[in-house]
Amino acid sequence: MSVGVTAYALVGLGRFEELPADLMQVGIGAAVVAVLLQIAVMWRAPYADPTILPIVVLLNMLGVAVIASIDSANTLYGPRATAMADRQMIWSMLGAALCIGVLVALRDHRWLRRYTWIFALTGALLLLMPLVPGLGSERNGSRIWISIAGNSFQPAELAKIAFAVFFAGYLVARRDTLALAGPKVLGIHLPRWSDFGPILVAWGFAMAVLVFQTDLGTSLMFFGLFVVMLYVATDRLSWLVIGAVMFLPPAVFAAIQMGHVRRRIDCWLDPLSRENFDACGQVNAGLFGLANGGITGAGLGDGRPNVVPHAESDFIYTSLAEELGLVGAFAVLLLYLLLVQRAMRAAVGISDGFGTLLAGGLGFVIALQVFVVVGGITRVIPLTGLTLPFLAAGGSSLVCNWIIAGILVRLSDAARRPAARQVPGSTRVSPAEVMA
Amino acid sequence: MNKPLRHVWLVVGMLFLLLFTSTTYFQVVAQGRLNADGRNARTIYNEFGRHRGPIVVDGTAIASSQESGDTYGYLRTYDPGAMYAPVTGYYSVIYGFSGIERALNDTLSGDADALFYQRISDILSGEQGQGATVELTLDSQAQQAAWDALGDQRGAVVALDPSTGAVLAMVSTPSYDPNLLASHSSSEVQAAWTALNEDPARPLTNRATGGDLYPPGSVFKLVVAASALDSGKYTPETVIPGPGTYQLPNSSSIMNNRAGGDQTPCGPDDASTLTDALRQSCNTSFALLGQELGEDQLRATAEQFGFGQRMEIPLAGTASTMGTDLDGAQLATTSIGQYETRVTPLQMAMVASAFVNDGVVMEPQLVQSVRTSDLSSIAELTPREVGQPLSASNASEMRGMMIETVENGTGSAARIEGAEVGGKTGTAQWGEGRAPHSWFVGYAQMGDREVAVAVLVEEGGYGSRVAAPIAKEVMEAVIWR
Repeated sequence: MSVGVTAYALVGLGRFEELPADLMQVGIGAAVVAVLLQIAVMWRAPYADPTILPIVVLLNMLGVAVIASIDSANTLYGPRATAMADRQMIWSMLGAALCIGVLVALRDHRWLRRYTWIFALTGALLLLMPLVPGLGSERNGSRIWISIAGNSFQPAELAKIAFAVFFAGYLVARRDTLALAGPKVLGIHLPRWSDFGPILVAWGFAMAVLVFQTDLGTSLMFFGLFVVMLYVATDRLSWLVIGAVMFLPPAVFAAIQMGHVRRRIDCWLDPLSRENFDACGQVNAGLFGLANGGITGAGLGDGRPNVVPHAESDFIYTSLAEELGLVGAFAVLLLYLLLVQRAMRAAVGISDGFGTLLAGGLGFVIALQVFVVVGGITRVIPLTGLTLPFLAAGGSSLVCNWIIAGILVRLSDAARRPAARQVPGSTRVSPAEVMA
Repeated sequence: MNKPLRHVWLVVGMLFLLLFTSTTYFQVVAQGRLNADGRNARTIYNEFGRHRGPIVVDGTAIASSQESGDTYGYLRTYDPGAMYAPVTGYYSVIYGFSGIERALNDTLSGDADALFYQRISDILSGEQGQGATVELTLDSQAQQAAWDALGDQRGAVVALDPSTGAVLAMVSTPSYDPNLLASHSSSEVQAAWTALNEDPARPLTNRATGGDLYPPGSVFKLVVAASALDSGKYTPETVIPGPGTYQLPNSSSIMNNRAGGDQTPCGPDDASTLTDALRQSCNTSFALLGQELGEDQLRATAEQFGFGQRMEIPLAGTASTMGTDLDGAQLATTSIGQYETRVTPLQMAMVASAFVNDGVVMEPQLVQSVRTSDLSSIAELTPREVGQPLSASNASEMRGMMIETVENGTGSAARIEGAEVGGKTGTAQWGEGRAPHSWFVGYAQMGDREVAVAVLVEEGGYGSRVAAPIAKEVMEAVIWR
């Protein structure tokens, strides 16, 4: 937390050569939030993994600091001043409150399992909401936003949680059937044909997102989440292969057919060439930002993150890497990796299959989202419209990820609860061995 | 379910490894290439976001940077702008830099190797780094005199300190206001740039050093005379032929002895002393003299004066030339500064400076000193020789002849009461139906004050009437200081 507050102070120093006027409020606010979180954890989840929430708080505060830097850059150089950091702080507090709410209200994660199909319905509705005329709005060619009374919201973020819960509940019930071996092709045991129903439905949804919302990232995230959870539930490699085979051809087809996706492919392969340069302005500005950061970075408040469009949300990684350099970017990636590792560890530690699947799925979806975003910016894969969890500006993303953090804390508490460790007949391997 | 979880964790690890690699690639491996990309806005911001050092003349900043509070950080302002613009150049967000701004960009911005320790100490002391101060050799009074005297004529003035090569005045007219190009408003800069480039008078050209090369006309006779003395076969008193007309070898062209078709011979019996030929600027005398000396001797002398060398003062100066592979007729016209002879005013000022500096030509330099923001000097002007076209005694003979030209010849308008003034006028033909370029090349000395000067007025007419009075004003500004 103190790292975060220091970062916020440094932004003010770097840009205006003075401490931010609201440093005290921000510092106290952050301290209060952190203490409240700690109290909630001690009260409701005493055995929880002690690293999850500090990682989340640190990421969140680093995000606020970087957004504050973009704000100040906009004020100094931009066409108009912005106050995105203030909004982000309000959303952070709301997110932390919801996280506490999850800890308090959700005493046992298995309660979630009862509402498996309700979550399925909620997730599906949320995901399709941007397609409702008058409600959905299109940005950068992707229709993944809805706006209600002037406030825009990315429902896919919330749908992510609902689907993770649904997949976990559904798969844990059906895992034995799904794991049954079918015909063997090329040395891989295929599942039985009659079990293809669920993956076809998931595929259909992913395709719907791809075709109607034209967003490869969201589509990939949901389908990837489903396939990986299916694999974890059944231990059948064939599901992974089938998933890849089902997803890649439509994705390639989309790339060729949709102008907006094709442009992103061009910008992925060769953004700096003369014919692509103007069309790929955002990617290029991001790359120039990375280069400007170098190893040690320009320093908080000393970069020019404002020249990148969406520097505070989709491209916050370049803003961060520009101001904190390779060192800062690596630190953030390591924080994410550590967070995912804690989720995986909780998954291994939990005695019930539902919890394992949920923790593994949530951990994986964070990792996948980071990969899709950072990979898109650094040209590992084509750019898509996802945001970095906890870092990027945006209320829906931040709040939903805080909810995920709350669920993860709850799951880790269940995994490490002494009673849970003494479940007879458990054949699990010790966590240390798994993670070694 | 633990084995697949382990596999998922493995995959996550590999995905993140890709991210580490790609981030490293763009932040470290490709960093230099990306930062050097001309389309990178940050490179421009970094360039303009630095507190650039001022350019100083006589202790006053003529170019300085102020915090602008906009996206670029600092605004470059020039005061006075137009008078010094050919020297300072401009510093434009869109069109790059020119002049000293370009030649000494690393020094002014603080990037130069010599400023390494300054940068370190700035970082350690936490001070905002500032680029170095560049102090020019220019003499503000001489500059002002040259600027005023040229007025709205097209032309250039260069004044040199003969013993050090320090440039005391460098004016090129018409000039431009560099503030217009340094503005941060793209539309204003573009409008100014278009207007300046479409102006037929070409205000962006530094007529003193570059771009434009002019036929020197009669002022080139100084080089021929110096070459004659240097050959050892001539003295100022040597009688040389100077007929009223001269039919060029292997050609039907006839050269008249004097400007405007005047066919009066240079003296009785179509002959005169070398001094007298220079005083009257006799064409046939020098055409014949040049052929007697030969192309090689003439070229050797010219090269000692600096002909054929590109100059960096540190402004880039175009090399002057007397042409190559000349036949008899071409050598004859070259000897009176026509044919392919093309010079810069800077080169002609160097010619004049040799005669006041015992025959030695010093390299012209514009930078007096470079100081860091805490005023410690990291570079001072060190005089360097370009060449020695003639001996000290011959230089003294040349001075005698040039004094004669000013006292009793074509250069009388440059005479200064109480000072020794020598010089040569020129009226250079250059195009059918166009007025000739007007030249004066000379020097003045009073006590220990001395100055060599070259004045060019495009299409000015007679050098004796137009260029010589301008030279007088500039020389007075230096020696009466």
